[in-house]
Amino acid sequence: MPVLEKGNAQTWRRRTTGENLFRWFGWLIGVAIFAVCWQRISEATTWFFVWDAPRIAGDIWTRATPPRWEYITQLGRPIWDTLNIATLGTLIAICLAVPVAFMAARNTTPSVLFIRPVALLVIVSSRSINSLIWALLLIAIIGPGVFAGIIAIAIRSIGFCAKLLYEAIEEIDHTQVEAISATGASRWQVMAYGIVPQILPAFAGISVFRWDINIRESTVLGLVGAGGIGLQLSASLNVLAWPQVSLILLVILAAVMISEWVSAKVRGAII
Amino acid sequence: MSHRELEDMLGKGWRKPPFVSNPKLRWSLILGFFAYLVAAFMTIEVDWGRVYVGLDRGWAFILAFTSPDFTSRASDIWDGLLESIVMTVAASVVGILISIPIGLGAARNIAPLPIYLICRGIVAISRALQEIIVAILLVAIFGFGPLAGFLTLSFATIGFLSKLLAEDIEAMDKVQAEAIKASGARWLQWINYGVQPQVMPRLVGLSMYRIDINFRESAILGLVGAGGIGATLNTAFDRYEYDTAAAILILIIGIVMSLEYLSGIIRAKVQ
Repeated sequence: MPVLEKGNAQTWRRRTTGENLFRWFGWLIGVAIFAVCWQRISEATTWFFVWDAPRIAGDIWTRATPPRWEYITQLGRPIWDTLNIATLGTLIAICLAVPVAFMAARNTTPSVLFIRPVALLVIVSSRSINSLIWALLLIAIIGPGVFAGIIAIAIRSIGFCAKLLYEAIEEIDHTQVEAISATGASRWQVMAYGIVPQILPAFAGISVFRWDINIRESTVLGLVGAGGIGLQLSASLNVLAWPQVSLILLVILAAVMISEWVSAKVRGAII
Repeated sequence: MSHRELEDMLGKGWRKPPFVSNPKLRWSLILGFFAYLVAAFMTIEVDWGRVYVGLDRGWAFILAFTSPDFTSRASDIWDGLLESIVMTVAASVVGILISIPIGLGAARNIAPLPIYLICRGIVAISRALQEIIVAILLVAIFGFGPLAGFLTLSFATIGFLSKLLAEDIEAMDKVQAEAIKASGARWLQWINYGVQPQVMPRLVGLSMYRIDINFRESAILGLVGAGGIGATLNTAFDRYEYDTAAAILILIIGIVMSLEYLSGIIRAKVQ
């Protein structure tokens, strides 16, 4: 226990002097790094615009309110497209994520040395790149539209679903698997009766959770041209139609809240 | 014993129980799902000719991953990456610093009701608005550049971190906090010695995870002009320079992987 001796009296301290110095040094380096970063941001900023920002914000606010409510009649189809992008993208993703997850889980992978690293690489690369970037890429390849959005959402979701699913597979109860294999079941029968029933609730929960996230992400995919309500948003922004922008933002907010509510309800019912 | 009697004795064969036990609900779910699928496929317009034409380009892009071009746009890539990293660091620091008091305020067992409601309101707003939409608005207000990206990421960090921190504080062990209070500690001392040691491991883990997310998000903010590598990436796609785009994507994946590895080490050390 670190104590401070002053004369004869001993006082309790949290850390020794060496630890304290080390900590202060660490904080010093941290603050220095932050200062350098802030300076770089500050250099790249036109401060005149920043001082002017409250006036601009007020100006945008007066232009954006009230929202142009009659524009909502034109938003039905884009919302339907957004829903399709999220749902079909999630469906494709979970179909592809299941085999990847089984290949990535330590206890079900066919080969720890060769196949598991490949599956993990697929998961990491799909997870580390945002769906907007995938959409950008797919638009260059297969052209703008809803289809590119669906594929972008699907690719982005594979990593997320597969990662959570393979962690669930690694945490299963082994005694049940052993019991099934003791009855003389084949590899596939062990899979179907020993492993799948254990991960099914987790699987359903993950799918619904990802669907909720995908609704959120598909609302902005249109900004790069991949269909959905984001297309209307970017078109309205380009012509500076602020009343339409505020209406679209309200619709997006409502969609996100509804999907979150649905996903919370369904997950509550499953688990 | 006749064959008939044997079958009676054995009874019905065992069947897997269905996932949804209520048959009416099960069938209506299945039917509704297929009805939705049909409706979705009817309304999606896919230009298969365009997709077919694009397959060559897709293949060219996949090939580009085998020969990424780091050199010919090296200075652009370097500037973009540096700006992304700078934005990530600064936004994470500021976001974490702000989210700690808000997290304290959003925990019902620490904060009085009015403060609790205000902090929960801030968290809800920050979580409901998407990064890219916030970025669009902030770019309109503050002008192009990394300042808008920095503010966006800080704002998003607050919602994420405060909510999880508040949930952790609400789930903490009350006895330890009470013991500190009983020793006559002031409010700050109570937080520092009674609450903070309990939530610190999780706070560090969550912060590391958020830094990881912030870097990934900073890669797309450039699409709307908020600074970072996204602008470079967008230009590379627009000019069909797939080898440069592949190089940038490889760099992003590499940085995210090393961040994840680092955060794994730090989390293991703290817990």
